[in-house]
Amino acid sequence: MASIFLGEVEEVMIKINSLTKRFGEHVAVDNLSFEVSPGEVLGFLGPNGAGKSTTMKMLTGFLTPDGGSASICGFDIGTQTLQAQRQMGYLPEGAPCYGDMRVRGFLEFIAEVRGLRGAERQRQVARAVEQLQLEGVLGQTIETLSKGFKRRVGLAQAILHDPQVLILDEPTDGLDPNQKHQVRGLIQQLASDSNKIVVISTHILEEVSAVCSRAVVIAHGRLLADGTPDELEARSRYHQAVTLSLQQPVDTQPLLALPGVQGVELARDGHQVTVLAAPGAVIFPAVGELARQQQWQVQELSVERGRLDEVFRRLTAEEAA
Amino acid sequence: MKSLGVIFKRELGSYFATPLAYIFIVIFLVLSAVFTFYLGGFYEGGQADLIPFFNFHPWLYLFLVPAVAMRLWAEERKSGTIELLMTLPVSRSDMVLGKFLAAWVFVGIALLLTFPIIITVNYLGSPDNGAIFTGYLGSWLLAGGYLAIGSCMSALTRNQVIAFILSVVACFVFIVSGFPLVLDLFSGWAPQWLLDTIASLSFLIRFDAISKGVLDLRDLLYFISLMAAWLLATAIVIDLKKAD
Repeated sequence: MASIFLGEVEEVMIKINSLTKRFGEHVAVDNLSFEVSPGEVLGFLGPNGAGKSTTMKMLTGFLTPDGGSASICGFDIGTQTLQAQRQMGYLPEGAPCYGDMRVRGFLEFIAEVRGLRGAERQRQVARAVEQLQLEGVLGQTIETLSKGFKRRVGLAQAILHDPQVLILDEPTDGLDPNQKHQVRGLIQQLASDSNKIVVISTHILEEVSAVCSRAVVIAHGRLLADGTPDELEARSRYHQAVTLSLQQPVDTQPLLALPGVQGVELARDGHQVTVLAAPGAVIFPAVGELARQQQWQVQELSVERGRLDEVFRRLTAEEAA
Repeated sequence: MKSLGVIFKRELGSYFATPLAYIFIVIFLVLSAVFTFYLGGFYEGGQADLIPFFNFHPWLYLFLVPAVAMRLWAEERKSGTIELLMTLPVSRSDMVLGKFLAAWVFVGIALLLTFPIIITVNYLGSPDNGAIFTGYLGSWLLAGGYLAIGSCMSALTRNQVIAFILSVVACFVFIVSGFPLVLDLFSGWAPQWLLDTIASLSFLIRFDAISKGVLDLRDLLYFISLMAAWLLATAIVIDLKKAD
């Protein structure tokens, strides 16, 4: 049996191969390819209209691609649609639910469609309800719920059958900060199982640093970057930059003379100085030493990891230019 | 086929979750009584049969059945739940059939609630109850035909009002296709076989026979294949337009 060796081979659970989708003249997704392995929490990043939702809709079998293919756990979404869909939980954008149903009835309906019956159905519904703290609203009709609760109902239906692959389209969009925090906590909890895949699309960058182990950036339907959030941050011009907050503006000429310094940016009328490092250079010790020598009155001195939003803007702006 | 029952149950339940079901049933019962007793001259006819009752069903259904069918798909499209439904592991035929059967059973329930008229006619005389049964079956088949057309029209749009109007028009065409109104359009130039085909598509001629108690296998086949054809069209329309 070939499967004896399966444990040693790293299995690819999501495979996207030259996926393309056109809407009339407009190319929404353009020859997109990437793979996702078990244990990864993939942040799918891009500006609005970049093709994130379209990609997810093709991945879940809602839209038919104009070219290329995608497979989930080895099942091709085009030819083995139902098998592939059984492996997935999906939260569509805006978390649409049947508004006239009660929360309990809705979750039981989804559980039944997922093939859960009897005691197993009750057990899984109870688990999802507990995980999303829906106990208080089980008897309410969905249309009477607040946005946060609706989103949680949408998430609950996605995890009912304990899927291998969870695809969440903008899971925190439109939620208040507390609700965002809750949803992120939940995603981390779900991702803690090392055999699962979570794919979330977002345009909120803090979310990527907070929950994702890998980030894929797309714009105009094309892949622009693929790496861990740390790697993406390292591409920032602010990576390893040193920021000084000063009581008095100072002469920044000596800073430029330091080895590894690429430039200096001033803010707040010269009260804040950001010293940019050349790629790969570490300048923090030298900058600190210089500040002491010059007897600058430094209130704060910090190293930046890099600014994800700057990387994101640069990547997507280059693409637009 | 496993999901068919689940979809059917949810859909049927959703009719009764809103006032729609009750409003529909009340209006249906009131109108069918009005038509039978006032316009149909049920008493004046002096006949112990339900022909005055069934005669008005094609016209009654023309407006009531599209009102039931209009929400089938248009609402899913409007609220975005179509994306949820179509990414669940449910085959296209289970969805289309499940929704259709729920609507058909719902109309069937409304139709069964007209049972007092059977009691009335049995009290007044001794009717042919076999013919009455056949009439009910024919009426239900007729409603199924309207519903299948309405299901397809509902799949075409996200707007329920447009779905309603399209269904009424399409059903009307099927009613009058045996009438001179339609046939005259073709009689000058079209070959006779085309005229016969168009005339044979008419709901009225088929329904007339069944409602009088004559259950011909061909009429039965007509309604069943009509439903099958429109439901197939529904599935195709959904596939083509699911993202709009």
